[in-house]
Amino acid sequence: MSRIPSAQDVKRGVQGSVVWRSIFRPGSIYRGDHRDTSRERALAAMNNVLYHLHPVKVKRHGLKLSYTYCLGGSSFFLFIVLTITGIFLMFFYTPAAGTGTELAYADMQQLTTSVPFGELVRNMHRWSAHLMVLTTFLHMARVFYHGAYKPPREFNWVVGVILLLLTLLLAFTGYLLPWDQLALWAIVVGADIAGFTPVFGEEVRFLLLGGAEVGPDTLLRWYVLHVLALPFVLTIFLAVHFWRIRKDGGISGPL
Amino acid sequence: MADDAPIDQQVYDELIAQGKSERVALAKARAAALRQQRQGAPQGSEADDRAQGGVPAAGGETGGRDAPASGPSPGAEAAPAGQERVRQALATQGAAATGSGGAAAGAGADGPAAPGEPARRRLGLTTPPGIQTIKGKQEDKVYTWPHLISSEFVALLSILAFLLVFSSLVDAPLQELANPTESPNPAKAPWYFLGLQELLLYFHPMVAGVTLPGAIITGLIALPYLDRNPSQRPENRRTALTIYTLFLVFWATLTITGSFFRGPGLNWVWPWVDGIWFNL
Repeated sequence: MSRIPSAQDVKRGVQGSVVWRSIFRPGSIYRGDHRDTSRERALAAMNNVLYHLHPVKVKRHGLKLSYTYCLGGSSFFLFIVLTITGIFLMFFYTPAAGTGTELAYADMQQLTTSVPFGELVRNMHRWSAHLMVLTTFLHMARVFYHGAYKPPREFNWVVGVILLLLTLLLAFTGYLLPWDQLALWAIVVGADIAGFTPVFGEEVRFLLLGGAEVGPDTLLRWYVLHVLALPFVLTIFLAVHFWRIRKDGGISGPL
Repeated sequence: MADDAPIDQQVYDELIAQGKSERVALAKARAAALRQQRQGAPQGSEADDRAQGGVPAAGGETGGRDAPASGPSPGAEAAPAGQERVRQALATQGAAATGSGGAAAGAGADGPAAPGEPARRRLGLTTPPGIQTIKGKQEDKVYTWPHLISSEFVALLSILAFLLVFSSLVDAPLQELANPTESPNPAKAPWYFLGLQELLLYFHPMVAGVTLPGAIITGLIALPYLDRNPSQRPENRRTALTIYTLFLVFWATLTITGSFFRGPGLNWVWPWVDGIWFNL
């Protein structure tokens, strides 16, 4: 009775416990009774909140890197990276500008000097954003060349175009936030282009800038759009996009 | 209950001799025995190819029920003999009756045979409607776990590694404080709008800044409803592919020109001579 339990005993005890078995559901490779059978492979996909974005089985040709180049998945992953790094940056940023209260720019400088990993996280956020615009655009091209917008996938293409526009808007609204010369004048150029809208040009420009010129109100407006409004809308469309992939029969092809 | 299912000893011995594990051999031998019972003709060791894990459990019961008609027959017996026995069985049961619906079939799967059940069904000769009917075409599919998930994980790690390394080496730009009174020369939009900005140099802003982008977005959204060609094969889509490729080249050229070939005053520069005015 006084035998010291071996590592195997401990492992068996932990994996057999009620708590462990409640966390790792059937199909999980961390369960003690896991066996690599068809049934458990199916359960692994079904019983995991992340994996179950996918169906239990996928078409074999879709696994080839040369078919998808993983562009849609990469865009999604970059969105996750942007969300995580973005939340980190929000802790150290105040969307305030104007004479005497240049907090936004001061916070950017503080971020690079006094916040641990601040510079690295900001870099990751910036480069991920550029990369996400690129991967989303390339994903659209890939989908076009495979004719994957054809019935029954017409509507998912439309959702995809909306997602591309939202990605561009997210990138553009984020561009202003550092409140440096680069940011300000890029937004001035962009807002001027929007001002050429027929009939409502002035109104559109006013709405975008929260005033006649780029100023502190613009910063606050774009900050809220960037950290809350646009990600919220994008997440909804993303859910519809993924759901429609499943409902429309998974990945298109083979050609 | 699966333990007392009949097994095909010959298949079992062969598989053990081949070095298969006892579990696999047992399952395949059970499946082989079941198939023999169902088909009334010996199958030999072809059983190996199609053995299925879940079948033997049900087989134990159906096997017992069908035994008088088509029990496991040791040794090699010719197929015609099996058919002869089926015909006899049909005659004795007086079963010219055709299928009487799904209820009998459902019961037949796991309980003893109902008195009025057609003999064909009981002999396993006909497919019960609604149970084994396969609709839709079979596709070449693999399990998401582990095949897709593992490659996605590799892609994820690659991107993360690239981001970490690149972000450690290259800092995001941070210029001096924004100053609305002091315009830099040139003032450029972010790179994804530089194609648009380039276009503005050639056309009236109403055209280049609004009408054309609007038309492009509308065209992209309407694309699946305009292109009614059902084929996905490149050789059948020459027009669509040509138009889209031209659009991509056109847009990429504009963006690259706007990014690298425009300097102060948005005048033309050669990047290898005059330098690059481009910020990310």
